[in-house]
Amino acid sequence: MAIIVVDVMLKPEILDPQGNAVASALPRLGFTFANSVRQGKRFEIEIDGEPTPAQLTEVEQAAEVLLSNPVIETYVVRVEK
Amino acid sequence: MRIGVITFPGTLDDRDAARAVNVGGAEAVSLWHADADLKNVDAVILPGGFSYGDYLRCGAISRFAPVMKLVIEAAGEGMPVLGICNGFQVLCESHLLPGALTRNSDLHFLCRDQEIEITNNATAWTTSFADGEWITIPLKNGEGSFQCDNQTLAKLESEGRVIARYVGVNPNGSRNLIAGITNERGNIVGLMPHPEHAIDPLTGPSAQGLGFFTSILNAMVK
Repeated sequence: MAIIVVDVMLKPEILDPQGNAVASALPRLGFTFANSVRQGKRFEIEIDGEPTPAQLTEVEQAAEVLLSNPVIETYVVRVEK
Repeated sequence: MRIGVITFPGTLDDRDAARAVNVGGAEAVSLWHADADLKNVDAVILPGGFSYGDYLRCGAISRFAPVMKLVIEAAGEGMPVLGICNGFQVLCESHLLPGALTRNSDLHFLCRDQEIEITNNATAWTTSFADGEWITIPLKNGEGSFQCDNQTLAKLESEGRVIARYVGVNPNGSRNLIAGITNERGNIVGLMPHPEHAIDPLTGPSAQGLGFFTSILNAMVK
């Protein structure tokens, strides 16, 4: 069994009000380390066995058409060990 | 003239949209998301709501509903399509319109009467308005901030494809105060505020939303 992870993030130029809200909440709690925060989504996809290159290509396709909206988001596909 | 109103699981403004169609003078035809049949309608409205619970992204899953395959084909051939609120989000996710709708800049769900200016009265859905006309209709959404890249924004502006803008303070962080846009051909319109809730002063802030539903009759007669 392997887990394929797809991380989806808003493109840098897209306003991220959720990330901004988190960034402004941190100092209120005494956490002063953050210059900025961007919030994204993480998908964990479980498959049988080790993923084949063909499967990873399929996941890339799924990330492109469904898991992300390429108009406003980018994605990264990786395999969790 | 028959205008289809699509109901997805989680749609909630389909009744008001159908009533607005009927008051406007056309015949509303109910369409179900799982049907692969447009029932010979002349135009389609994607109403507001929370289709598929807004899971993943607003409109992201509705885009792949069986009925949407037909809507995308027909829209490409010039059939008028109006997406209101969640319907606008579905049109963007379907890539029938550029850009995307994201969380309101203050993260609040907004529900209020909103003044907008009609900035293109040449589309299939806006001919009943005067160019530059101000109307007041309800705005109610959590993800109504219109976003796109600079190149797309410049294209929309230079081609006159912004059909409505918010008047006054920007309610949700939309780029250039954009409340609605159209495609190159002018048959597809996406609009964040809700004209279907403003067709009768008894129940809405005005009857000024009705113009969208009478415009489509002009478009069909032409």
